[in-house]
Amino acid sequence: MSELVAAEDVLLFVNAAVTATGQREFRSSAEEQRFSLGFLHEYVRVNYRPVYAAALALDVNHHNAALIVEGLLRTAGEAGGAEEKRAEGRLIAARLAMLPPQRVYRLFRALRAAGVNNRRTRAIVRGWLAARPDPALDAVKYRTGVKAAVRHVHGRPTDPETGDFLFAPGRRVRYGNALLDAYRRAHYEQSAVYELPFTVAEGFAAKHGVPRAVFLERIAPRMTRLERLRTERASGAGAELAVMPLTRLALYVLALPFGERVERRAELTAALRASARRAAGPYAGSWGRLTAVLDDSFSSSGSAVKRRRPLAVALGCHFLLEALAAPGAYTALWTSGGDDPLMVRPYGPTPLGTRILDALETEPERLVIVSDGWDNAPPGLAGEVLRVWRARLDPGRGTSVVHLNPVYDADGFDVRRLAASVPTAGMRDAEDLAALVEIAQFAEGRTGFTELRAYLDRRVEHFLTEAGA
Amino acid sequence: MTGIDLTGLDVRPAQVWGGVRLVPLVRAEPVAGLRLGREVYEGWGEASVAVGDRTAYTSYIPHGFVADWTGTGEERAAYGTRLGGEGAPPGMAVRRPQRMAKRRRGERRLRFLPLHLALEGYLALHFGGPSVVWDDWSREALRRGLSPRAEAAYAGWSVPGLAEALRIFELHPGQCGLLLYVADALAAAFVVPHPEDYRLLHPTLVEDLYGELVHQYAHYGAPVPEFTARIRDGAGGIRTLADLRAAAREQERAWAVAHDGLMARDLLETPYAFERVYRMGSFDLYRFLPPFLRGGQEQHIGELITDHKGRTAYLKSFRLSENQIRKGHLLRRLAAEDWHLGRTAEALGTSYEEVVRRIRAAGLGSLLDAHVVAQRIRENQEG
Repeated sequence: MSELVAAEDVLLFVNAAVTATGQREFRSSAEEQRFSLGFLHEYVRVNYRPVYAAALALDVNHHNAALIVEGLLRTAGEAGGAEEKRAEGRLIAARLAMLPPQRVYRLFRALRAAGVNNRRTRAIVRGWLAARPDPALDAVKYRTGVKAAVRHVHGRPTDPETGDFLFAPGRRVRYGNALLDAYRRAHYEQSAVYELPFTVAEGFAAKHGVPRAVFLERIAPRMTRLERLRTERASGAGAELAVMPLTRLALYVLALPFGERVERRAELTAALRASARRAAGPYAGSWGRLTAVLDDSFSSSGSAVKRRRPLAVALGCHFLLEALAAPGAYTALWTSGGDDPLMVRPYGPTPLGTRILDALETEPERLVIVSDGWDNAPPGLAGEVLRVWRARLDPGRGTSVVHLNPVYDADGFDVRRLAASVPTAGMRDAEDLAALVEIAQFAEGRTGFTELRAYLDRRVEHFLTEAGA
Repeated sequence: MTGIDLTGLDVRPAQVWGGVRLVPLVRAEPVAGLRLGREVYEGWGEASVAVGDRTAYTSYIPHGFVADWTGTGEERAAYGTRLGGEGAPPGMAVRRPQRMAKRRRGERRLRFLPLHLALEGYLALHFGGPSVVWDDWSREALRRGLSPRAEAAYAGWSVPGLAEALRIFELHPGQCGLLLYVADALAAAFVVPHPEDYRLLHPTLVEDLYGELVHQYAHYGAPVPEFTARIRDGAGGIRTLADLRAAAREQERAWAVAHDGLMARDLLETPYAFERVYRMGSFDLYRFLPPFLRGGQEQHIGELITDHKGRTAYLKSFRLSENQIRKGHLLRRLAAEDWHLGRTAEALGTSYEEVVRRIRAAGLGSLLDAHVVAQRIRENQEG
């Protein structure tokens, strides 16, 4: 019994760590989300510390990865023996290497604010800083972050020039490193601005009063892929859609006005299909007859900070599932009844129950439901339909049903479920679908903690070898 | 016409958030020939109305003073809250109560301020005051009637949880109305002729007026349970997918029946006193008052537009609190007995002192002549 509870707790935490970002959601505020998530982290860290660390190897989102690392380093004393400490250290180092640098610097600042300065923390920070490919770029782009981190661990910048740049900016008349020197010159020379990273250059451009359009055009080569996508509409420069990750691309498509979506239908659909095929990888075409119930109700509009996120996840899943299903054996059912995925908009109620009935009529091998789980027309019908279907009409489990939920429910400390008999997994990016479906099978409540631990150990091993390679 | 006829509007499953239950009403097809446009409601809450002579007055709803149009001559109304309008006249000329519903000159459009008609109807209840000069009433009451007469209400955003519930509500396709329950007490009903109108006007519900009762229920009430679907799958009940679908349909139907019979019964079955305010083509604009019965039933005031068959095209209601019902009841009884306190006491089956106490509790104590009343009470006690 206790094993089942433990497995349930762990899955609940994984679901939360995949979906929750501490930001406002459609039905709960940022404070509620953060409070709920904070409690969950503490609960799992105290009770299942090895599992808590192992979650770093799963597809948890960046926000939670940083929270886990912070939690582990704050309570380094509770780790147990040297063996456990080493295991934690390897996981932390591997995960930090994957996180975007701004997140890591923010984490270091949080550690500094919390007064965490044990030997292990210092070693980890130093190790991470030493592994940065271009210290000069970091010094320019994340200046305060680097300063805080180096100071906190009593470290030494990798080369004396960067050290002077950070801590004694007046000492040198010019720098040998081109980037550092460009930063110095950008204070009075407009052309030097365009040698800097976009975020830094933005400030200088404002200082020099460069018109935004001119600035965006000239800085374009220095932008990252995401920056280019974000400023595409302002600068008019075309972003390479084909290389974007699936969910990002879906978000981009949903941000376009309907007229433009119609005009660029072929281009957008091709980009989404290409991205989905890339995400499907070796699994493409291997899932057989597939039916998806996708939620485009009003609640999928997300919040001001996560605009249309649930809808974008559903749209991403639509194209990914299309790639995963056997050719021609895929059916998509949107809750609004629409049939044009490119023109979806978050509007209307969530009649999940009726849609699931429609889906079951197509006699699929797999049924995938992507929804925030707030079934309201009528409430609870989806759960009842799934329960009766399992109990009376399909006791042999001919159809496998899985529910993917992109929204963390702060009150329930989990993603919202539809029915006890249907496994539910939290989801942040549509790309992770295959891995999430694998985890979700543990959520049916029949597999014990031992199997789950074995699965986690496999994932950890895989994660560490990949990071090491 | 005595009741509200919601034919053509179907109930859909409710959406619950905390103590607020929102029941959508859906039309199969919109009412032909009538729209409530946005320009009609421009400046909702702080309604600016052009009076002519290039002056405008701005009022807040509810207003504190109402014109006395039961007398003769030209009536003037001063509005409680006034904004802007330099050199605005101290009172706005009102000739008939229809003024609140005014047809735009040269257009086939009618402007009326939401809930103004309804509230005015309630505030103006027996507004004229005593019709016979009994000496229990003060001179002021005889001269001015119940003026000034004021009622307080809460704005929607100050009702706890209401704004959030309205924000996350998911509109149904074809939705033309909403029944708003707070702690499962019907707080307001809102119906418009066209789904597009509803979509635009849904956010305005949070700026509407809600009675004291609604505010208190929302403040002290616990979250209400959702009526979740239950499918009975006992032995042999469901064998095929079609059976399952039929059972699911049955759930939706059961909810609609339960709602109309149980939750909205008092609104739909109370006999109201309707007063026609305006006629526009085949549509009639009414305001209605409840019978002010004291049986613990819900009592709503409101306004509605009906088509030629009496079906509701527009409806907006306001739930009266117990105190307001009591006050209305008392005024009704006083008027029925020609404002004679002794006879009213007999009709109510109570004593003279009790009637005086009730008048004072209703906030109308200043209408009584304190000396005469005190003397009469003393006489009663001695004799």
